Amino acid sequence: MDIDKISEEDQKNIISKVFEVLKTMASKPSGFIGLCILVFHILLASLSPYLAPYDYKAIDPSLMLQAPSSEYWFGTDSLGRDVFTRTIMGGRTALTITFFGSLIALLWGGLLGIFCGLVGGKIDDVVMRVVDAFLSIPWILAMLLIVSLLGTSTEVLIPALGFFYGKGIVRVARAATHDVIAKDFIVSARARGHSNMSIIWNEIIPNVRDAILVEGAMRWSWMLLGFSSLSFLGFGVSPPTPDWGLMISNARGLMSFAYWAVIAPVVGLSSLIIGINLTADAFAKALGIDRSTKAPV
Amino acid sequence: MSEIIQKVKNLSIGFRSKKGEEILILRNISTSIKKGETVGIVGESGSGKSTLALAMMGYVKQGLYTTEGECLFYHSNLLKMSNRDLEKIRGRKIAMIPQNAGQSLTPNLKIGYQIDEALKLHTNLSKIDRDNRISELLNKVRLPSPETIALRYPHELSGGQQQRVAVAMALAGNPELLLLDEPTTGLDVTTQAHVLELLNFIAKDTGTSMVYVSHDLGAIAQVSDRIIVMYSGEIVLEGPSRSILKKPIHPYTYGLLKSIPKLSLAGLPESMPGSQPQPGTVLKGCSFFDRCNLRENKCKNNSPQLEYINDLETSVRCFNYKSLKDKNHISSPISKNETSIKENEILNLTDLSISYAKQKLIDQILNKTVDTNPTVKDINININKGETIALVGESGSGKSTILKSIAGLLKTKDGKIRFEKDRDLSSDLKKRNPSDLRAIQLIFQNPDESLNPNHNVEEILSQPLKLYFGLSGEKLKKNIIELLEKVRLGEFYMSRYPRQLSGGEKQRVAVARAFAAKPDIILCDEVTSALDVSVQAAVLNLLQKLKDDFGTTYIFVSHDLAVVRAISDRVAVLYQGRLCEIGPSKNVYQFPSHPYTEVLLGAVLEPDPDIKPKLVAEDIVEEKPPEQGCSFQGRCSRILGDKCKKETPPWQITKSGNAIKCHININDLEKLQS
Repeated sequence: MDIDKISEEDQKNIISKVFEVLKTMASKPSGFIGLCILVFHILLASLSPYLAPYDYKAIDPSLMLQAPSSEYWFGTDSLGRDVFTRTIMGGRTALTITFFGSLIALLWGGLLGIFCGLVGGKIDDVVMRVVDAFLSIPWILAMLLIVSLLGTSTEVLIPALGFFYGKGIVRVARAATHDVIAKDFIVSARARGHSNMSIIWNEIIPNVRDAILVEGAMRWSWMLLGFSSLSFLGFGVSPPTPDWGLMISNARGLMSFAYWAVIAPVVGLSSLIIGINLTADAFAKALGIDRSTKAPV
Repeated sequence: MSEIIQKVKNLSIGFRSKKGEEILILRNISTSIKKGETVGIVGESGSGKSTLALAMMGYVKQGLYTTEGECLFYHSNLLKMSNRDLEKIRGRKIAMIPQNAGQSLTPNLKIGYQIDEALKLHTNLSKIDRDNRISELLNKVRLPSPETIALRYPHELSGGQQQRVAVAMALAGNPELLLLDEPTTGLDVTTQAHVLELLNFIAKDTGTSMVYVSHDLGAIAQVSDRIIVMYSGEIVLEGPSRSILKKPIHPYTYGLLKSIPKLSLAGLPESMPGSQPQPGTVLKGCSFFDRCNLRENKCKNNSPQLEYINDLETSVRCFNYKSLKDKNHISSPISKNETSIKENEILNLTDLSISYAKQKLIDQILNKTVDTNPTVKDINININKGETIALVGESGSGKSTILKSIAGLLKTKDGKIRFEKDRDLSSDLKKRNPSDLRAIQLIFQNPDESLNPNHNVEEILSQPLKLYFGLSGEKLKKNIIELLEKVRLGEFYMSRYPRQLSGGEKQRVAVARAFAAKPDIILCDEVTSALDVSVQAAVLNLLQKLKDDFGTTYIFVSHDLAVVRAISDRVAVLYQGRLCEIGPSKNVYQFPSHPYTEVLLGAVLEPDPDIKPKLVAEDIVEEKPPEQGCSFQGRCSRILGDKCKKETPPWQITKSGNAIKCHININDLEKLQS
């Protein structure tokens, strides 16, 4: 092993480290495909207003349920709107809301889990039982309750989704912390008299960060599915904003003769979820062989 | 001579790195094992000794492959054999005893059932015969009442008993060759001596050949007829154990033997600088070149071949072995500065008791103590400034427990910890003030665990500097560089992560971190037991040097009496959380001593085939200290009867000034032990 070479690698800044992780992820076919799908969706979501050939809310009864043609690539829906336009824009809301939702889930779930893992004792017991209690409530019922009380605005959806998807992260973060706090370097920091905050920040987070990030990436895809289910049930995005869940719900009844109005959003939604899942998997593998566990040779 | 049963021919084993280079773990090994012979393979971690032993049973770890050569068991090459053929040999002809028997036994199956499984696989005995054989095997490994042991689960046995069961299982198939991979490394000194004695007996009794892999020359010296010394994947010295240990003609073995602390010698052993080359380093010359005292220009570019020397019956891989031939390796060790320690108390433990039992809520409210028999009890020790006091005992003796409570990591039940005469240290870490926290620092056993793997050396060392002295920027950096120089590491180590450091370097960083706080007392918890011998000597020397420079007080916990002898001024011997004996180290190592100290001293393994351990007491493990009487009553071979069982023994002071807690009169003890 060339020690000096590896030291240089470690001195690279954070950007090149991220780049290196991305490179490792892309080196496996599954990771490469996942990344491609994810990047494609993100680009599509951000550029779709400029790419869309028609207005997404332009209703024209004369164009009702047209089959795909050179003019309307994916056909039109029951209100005569262009399915292609609505499909490429249908991921925008879902992606944004779930992205910020998972960030919130990561933050509160991760920090609470680490805190409980470190402190232990009665506080840990109480918090974990409360988390368990919440885990036993079907989230969709709770979400429906929240949404019907507070409305379906973004300010309600993001924290609510973040809360319900963070519960699982609490457990993961707590377990990862338990692995770390048994190590002597935590005992050493305690014996020196560092505060809990300082121990969490300096000693624990660097060692559990990877596990929590991967868990967060997985939650993102679950949350996306959850959010689309809400839209499907009519509690997510309000019409006429295009959304896959909503589109599937609207076109579902006409599926037997206007299949195109269903297929396009289904493909959009499932490909994004597959993309995120593959990326999260590759991310986990890339981090797993990186950093502390990397073999010296 | 007797028949050769295992022959290794030009064996090279390696792996392919990510870049596609072939990296060799074993390089061109040739050796053979005769029937009935015990061969010890010794080397530092990473020298390839375990890989060689595994290859001898036809096993190559995943990721590794044989690049050249063969392993012949009688005349069949094990490395080319199909799995099906290997199954017929493994267990029946060649058996293996792993390092950690506790992990190699299935936890949810009874001992008897597990041995029965091995018997079913390797023999054609009927059920009744197998049952008899199980008793016979358990008897052979000297387990008490085999019938009851057979019905127990692995966790109900002690470490030594588990290891014996592993031996019994290995013997089930009547193997001709037994491979032992560090079989006693995790065991207590006394248990280790007993297991080695058992292995010796089995080798003689059954005529089984043994290959004994260990880093511990002391253990190897007790069992082997022949020793192979490995370094960096090569055999550097091979020959009869007596000539290897008495006349080590390879500079590595010579240095290794010098760096082992010995009971008979006070003072620190000489250390061997440097470390083994990493696998994959391209070497033109001798692999030991960097660390060798005898190196010449020739050694840099020419690799020495194994050369057989007739009069010593030894093969050596060195150009200059002749200059070592007549040298005596047991020279006087580096003498410590025997500074007379002034009566200047820095830490005082008064009636310290520590209990792991949890108080029930109701008892907490009523302020009632329930545990009348705490883990650690009645510890009274005065520690003077600048002294090194060692706490010695087997596992479960409470030595680390005492250390933790001094550090404030464990609440005490009773008693006081007084610091610098006037301040009582709270047993609650949060109630201690920052200067008291700074004054007491800890160094841990395993540097892999005590350094945060995601921090580089700079970050690790800046933690205490920021916390206690509020340093930042240039000043912080300057201090870190100074610290690194103190532990003899260069500035360029700052950007390295723990995984890029060797074991010794990691422990140096841990030492530097402790010294960063400018402490008055450093608590050392088995700081050298995870290190290789040559590194251990270097760390001990470093600790002594730092102590001379800064006047730090060490409280040194260890199970290794030879290490303790080397570094400490005073020794306290603990059994089951009770003090047995305390006194200046040179007195503790002489008789009369407490019967428990006698047991410990007798079990120390010296790297000398002529010094056999004296096994005074049985290695029974007691789970709880006795409610009354002497703590050592259960294992004492000199027990007086009811008096020892009922009355707490008094402290007696010997002529030389050490205190012994025993009912037997000092003069009688002296007569008994001489």
